[in-house]
Amino acid sequence: MPQKLDQLRESPSQTAGPYVHIGLTPNALGNHGIYPDDLGTTPIKPGARGEAITIIGHVRDGAGMILRDALIESWQADAAGLYPSPNERRGKADPNVTGWARILADFDTGDWVLKTIKPGAVTLPQGGVMAPHIALWIVARGINIGLQTRIYFEDEAEANADCPVLARIEHKPRVQTLLAKKVSTGQYRFNIVLQGDDETVFFDM
Amino acid sequence: MTDAAHGPLIGRDRLWHPPAYTAGYKTSVTRAPSRALVAMGSTLSEETGPAFGRDMLGEMDNNLILNFTGQPAVGERIIMHGRVLDENARPVPNVLVEIWHANAGGRYRHKKDGYLAPLDPNFGGCGRTVSNAEGRYEFLTIRPGAYPWPNGVNHWRPMHIHISVFGHGFGQRLITQMYFEGDPLIARCPIVNTIPSQEAISALIAPLDMNASIPLDCLAYKFDIVLRGRRQTFFENRREGM
Repeated sequence: MPQKLDQLRESPSQTAGPYVHIGLTPNALGNHGIYPDDLGTTPIKPGARGEAITIIGHVRDGAGMILRDALIESWQADAAGLYPSPNERRGKADPNVTGWARILADFDTGDWVLKTIKPGAVTLPQGGVMAPHIALWIVARGINIGLQTRIYFEDEAEANADCPVLARIEHKPRVQTLLAKKVSTGQYRFNIVLQGDDETVFFDM
Repeated sequence: MTDAAHGPLIGRDRLWHPPAYTAGYKTSVTRAPSRALVAMGSTLSEETGPAFGRDMLGEMDNNLILNFTGQPAVGERIIMHGRVLDENARPVPNVLVEIWHANAGGRYRHKKDGYLAPLDPNFGGCGRTVSNAEGRYEFLTIRPGAYPWPNGVNHWRPMHIHISVFGHGFGQRLITQMYFEGDPLIARCPIVNTIPSQEAISALIAPLDMNASIPLDCLAYKFDIVLRGRRQTFFENRREGM
């Protein structure tokens, strides 16, 4: 017998279930009195540098139904492409960008809204530049393990063309599923499709 | 050598986790992506993540027996405790752990839950804490009840506590559920059985921990949470040209 690896296995994922809001956003659900505020109501503070943008979208299932129970978390860099994280070693991020948000599908319409600043391109220490993007993690009833995807921007065509992550998508027409569509100045639309012909690209990274 | 907060994340073992499509858990059927995931090594977007300080916690945040009204919730009093570790068996300190669960009768405080069991006016159903320097966390709560759900004709969820955990990187984000040692409903649960192996299921079953229980007060269950680790070789971080 060879030596044993002193390693553990990741805890297996389980669905967040239909009642995820009880735990993660009790105030939004109407369960007041436990926490003064829900966490992640906004990824920015007043004075955040960069272009203010609003992204609106929904999450649709394989039968064409819009989810009203989806919970999305977003994580992004500041306008200079720096992450507001203790383990960001390339520089100090804008103190008015927290970078992380919890975004809820509206309980009636299913639309979700993210008000933030447009992130900058992220220069990788090993070389290469990732186009401006917002990482998403999607959980809901029926989703057994959180889905990773990214919002890129259709008006960043040049940066998108050089992005090493987008370059990994073999079926090029599917890159479109990751591009937020510009509706008007500072306004974007980004719909997420869980299953079907226009299925969003999901990552394992 | 990297530390627990830096470096590339170890890839997820997708055969260990539940697949997206699990016919026995019906809601997954239309919510499961049908295309292959696009796989690649982690980038800074997955290796960095938000940080939560202990200063944002309220005094009662990890006491679900008292954190709703200040009056005690009904049920079997339990301590839930354990460590947040990574795949290299290192503690993961200073990370946010959030939990939520049904009350002792198996009813959730949620407008969509219409189960027969009544709400407990003193049970809100959620708690949170931040792991300490050794990765340890603990909650005081009541043991949740089992409850029926409309998946099959007579399907019941075993007693369980939902857990959401952050690492130091957004790519470590994990939600799972803790089950209780000895519960006969575990083996019958379609959500538990989305997990492919018995070995992996066992990793979500908390043993009764008499050593951590408090005499004449409460029982205890131990539940360690393991997050994705980081690759640890020196060569990972070699400078260009080396």
